[in-house]
Amino acid sequence: MSALAWNGNGITMKLLWGAIAVLGAVSLAIIALSRGEPVNAAWMVIAAVCVYFIAYRYYALFIANKVLGVNAGRATPAVRHNDGLDYVPTNKYVLYGHHFAAIAGAGPLVGPVLAAQMGYLPGTLWILAGVVIAGAVQDMTVLFLSTRRDGRSLGDMVRSEMGPIAGTIVGIGILLICVIILAVLALVVVQALRGSPWGTFTVFCTVPIALIMGVYGRYVRRGRIAEMSLIGVVLLLAALVYGQTVAQTPSLAAYFNLSGPALALVIIGYGFVASVLPVWLLLAPRDYLSTFMKIGVVTLLALAIIIVRPDLQMPALTKFVDGTGPVWAGSLFPFLFITIACGSVSGWHALIASGTTPKMIENENQIPFIGYGAMLMESFVAIMAMIAASVLHPGIYFAMNTSAGLIGTTAAQAAQVVSNMGFVVTPDQLTQVAHNVGEISILSRTGGAPTLAVGMAQILSSLFGGQALTAIWYHFAILFEALFILTTVDAGTRVLRFMIQDLVGNAIPVFKETKSWTNNIIGSAAACVLWGYILYQGVIDPYGGIWTLWPLFGTSNQMLAAIALVFCTVALFKMKRERFAWVTIVPATWLVCCTVTAGLEKAFSPDPAVGFVAHARTLSRAIAAGKVLAPAHSLGEMSRLVFNDYLDATLAALFVAVVIAMVVYAFIDIRKALGTPKATAVEVEFAGAAIGGRNA
Amino acid sequence: MPDLFSIKFAEWKERGQVVRTWSVRAARLMVGVPDYDTYVQHRQVNHPGQPIMTYEEFFVERQEARYAVSKGRFRGCC
Repeated sequence: MSALAWNGNGITMKLLWGAIAVLGAVSLAIIALSRGEPVNAAWMVIAAVCVYFIAYRYYALFIANKVLGVNAGRATPAVRHNDGLDYVPTNKYVLYGHHFAAIAGAGPLVGPVLAAQMGYLPGTLWILAGVVIAGAVQDMTVLFLSTRRDGRSLGDMVRSEMGPIAGTIVGIGILLICVIILAVLALVVVQALRGSPWGTFTVFCTVPIALIMGVYGRYVRRGRIAEMSLIGVVLLLAALVYGQTVAQTPSLAAYFNLSGPALALVIIGYGFVASVLPVWLLLAPRDYLSTFMKIGVVTLLALAIIIVRPDLQMPALTKFVDGTGPVWAGSLFPFLFITIACGSVSGWHALIASGTTPKMIENENQIPFIGYGAMLMESFVAIMAMIAASVLHPGIYFAMNTSAGLIGTTAAQAAQVVSNMGFVVTPDQLTQVAHNVGEISILSRTGGAPTLAVGMAQILSSLFGGQALTAIWYHFAILFEALFILTTVDAGTRVLRFMIQDLVGNAIPVFKETKSWTNNIIGSAAACVLWGYILYQGVIDPYGGIWTLWPLFGTSNQMLAAIALVFCTVALFKMKRERFAWVTIVPATWLVCCTVTAGLEKAFSPDPAVGFVAHARTLSRAIAAGKVLAPAHSLGEMSRLVFNDYLDATLAALFVAVVIAMVVYAFIDIRKALGTPKATAVEVEFAGAAIGGRNA
Repeated sequence: MPDLFSIKFAEWKERGQVVRTWSVRAARLMVGVPDYDTYVQHRQVNHPGQPIMTYEEFFVERQEARYAVSKGRFRGCC
């Protein structure tokens, strides 16, 4: 991408950029306007890539040079504090890889799959528009601000620019988002492994494999990352292949054929044990495996899509744009924009962009390439997930993503219900897909991961192995997703534990000591109870959990993005760059609108399908009358649902309160900044010359 | 006298090595281990005479640091 920075005004360059613009416009028109005929995925890839190039060349560099005012002559933290460890001036391509690996995770793979219920078009447009205007701008601006502040964290920066109360609000926001993210991601794994001995066996195997790697890398050949990763990958593939035998041997399969609630308890227990073990034993080796597999699979999938160029079976728009869809509840606005969080804009990236990356940037003029560029790549991952979901027959897509409460548990029932939705599918087709991927059933495998896995298996098997390898590819995709979600569960539980210790430590100082085993065990247990409760509630939810919880997760993630963008806006005003502040005001306003509307609707919408309180009231009335409402099975189940509804409503309302409080603080700070004649942003002083980075 | 083939071969070998070096660096940094040679060089130039960690010590130190959680310092998800 570095050639893009070349400000060529020659006629050739103009023609080249004109051609890219025309190609992008034509591709977008094809995917947007074609009706009836299936569209080839290649158009989606071309449209996306053209949008990314133009956005980078014309918008990212404009923001960097004109809005933020990156200064190639200003020494970065890596140069000033160079210690060869945390602060190291790093080659920009190497750092790009580091930053991308840190921001990419399960989010961009799952969100677009769920959004496909409205057709591929709304989601695709939001992925492209969102990343250009909001997501990449947020990542780059936070990275810039943190680089100017010695690589300090988002919470720290908010505290110093907007005061301690705003800082605490951000802290609470981060705590909430952690709880919800862990619960929902774990739920995705539970839904993928429920009643699947093959998948469960291979995912369970990752634990002993990680332990072997951990011991190898610590005691046998210390620090040999390549060797231990290779051992891990080989063992993992062996487990993957042997999983088929396990699934086909009834005596073995019985051990790994677990129900949803049982899996949930196993994962909660795993999260607890993993988070108290030393990092080198389990977390680090798992992290190595999942990081390298993530990069490998993303590359493989990109190549496969480009070579295979599958047709999209999903229509551009489905009738569910009206908000009656079975995958998740709610209308296009605001719920589409929170369903696809990562891939368009993810608040979590604000934490990464103010983490290790700003401490390793060689030169400020590399900020657009790393901050904006890596987010464009993440957006491309989301586009690939959208393609993988859309290459499936829509009937299969809806059979997989609708809860058992709505479509029943047999292929005949499901086929009938889905056909009635308008996506004609036969029971045979449903059982055939399950058979092809080596599963007993694919019905109601909500959560996005299994759908993505079927789509990926379809694309990859037409490249390598054909029908014979479809089942292997499917379980490979499941393994890959579960692997890094469980890494997140481990790492996230540690984060949550720390935040709980920090919070409770204010009252009981001795609890702050993070080296104490007792504290860690109590802290981890508390953390697991928090996310575990929500996970369990999601698993036993007759609506299937994802239907209820994914919008809540999306809201929390976009809430953090809104906070980050509001903070960026305040920082721009304090830097006296208010003339350009629209760059962050526009996405911040949009996200505040989306999260506040979504939060309020989830809490208080009179429609019981959307609003938690309305739903709780409907259930309470039925309980009073002694009636059991489907899909619940008993009055006991219904009163549990009522309690959970109120809990979820409280969370949604809390998100809204956090966002609004942040906006109020921002207005106060902006007024103050406007009333001061000189810049008041708290940057570290200008010092010394930078190195490297001839071009951005 | 080296023939054209062996000259070309040496060239490609060199290029291959450069690609390998940078790929290894990128892969290691992805899992939180920065370049060890850069660290050694930094210590030698800026802190002469002071102790330098062996690669094994360096690895353990970086591994702990990557997962150490403290105020505002934690690792990713999505």
